[in-house]
Amino acid sequence: MSESTTAQGHGDAGAHGSEPHASNKTYVLIAVVLGVITAVEVMVFYIEALHPVLVPILVSLSATKFALVVSFFMHLKYDGKILRGLFIGPLAVAAAIILGMMALFGVFTG
Amino acid sequence: MSHDATMEHHTATGVPHRKLLMWTFIGSECMLFGSLITAYLVYRGRSVTGPYPEELLNIPFITVTTFVLLMSSLCMVLALSAVQRDSRGGSRLWLLMTALLGLVFLGGQFYEFSHFVHEGLGLSQNLFSATFFLLTGTHGAHVAIGVTWLLSLLGLELRGKLGSEHAEIVEVAGLYWHFVDVVWIVLFTVIYLLVGV
Repeated sequence: MSESTTAQGHGDAGAHGSEPHASNKTYVLIAVVLGVITAVEVMVFYIEALHPVLVPILVSLSATKFALVVSFFMHLKYDGKILRGLFIGPLAVAAAIILGMMALFGVFTG
Repeated sequence: MSHDATMEHHTATGVPHRKLLMWTFIGSECMLFGSLITAYLVYRGRSVTGPYPEELLNIPFITVTTFVLLMSSLCMVLALSAVQRDSRGGSRLWLLMTALLGLVFLGGQFYEFSHFVHEGLGLSQNLFSATFFLLTGTHGAHVAIGVTWLLSLLGLELRGKLGSEHAEIVEVAGLYWHFVDVVWIVLFTVIYLLVGV
């Protein structure tokens, strides 16, 4: 049996500096939270009074869901710095390009 | 101990090669989807002919397919857990469930695209249609590849070739699947929930 793959399982420390992964109970809890956040997002969408602050609310909720999936389901919370860097680096560049291009095209100024 | 496992313990980075490769690929995919999201956002609201997104996007329907994709991610981690525990029944069940939920999502996307075309929103009808179909179509192609990958893993399991010693290949497939999920988390907000902003 591959020791490195077994180490991805429950209770064992990773062979490459990773911590033990979450339990199935935690995964189910995360999925429930993701479902609830999605429901809240849609509720916010339909509440007229919240429309002036719709963007920050929805972006925050979406970012929370994103972080939960990446941290727990993709195990990045438990993995080493190399893998975090491989993901967060390009993600930051992509986000900077999106925001930069939106600014250049006048999306923020209308 | 397998040859692969021995090699993984002696990689220069200390990270298994397959996993390192998948995370590198996911990094490049961030850039790909970043460019497509950029195109969608900078052309948003600049269509000069209809149909316009406000007239077509069906939020309740997409909320259901979004929920389906989120739950497929749960099934995927449970599949990995089952493979790691050498639970053959669990491995089959959760791999099958993940693939099925992926297929349900694809079915929903096919329905949505068909409805849009029926309503006169062809691929090159306006700036919204061009950027929308390119972005969501690219994501859908990723889901289709993921479903094919999952079904191939299920095939291995059914032939008794997916034990805990192969958990790493399931983990790598899972990384891909979860990435497809996080991309949709972003698209759901950017395309659908922020449609009127």
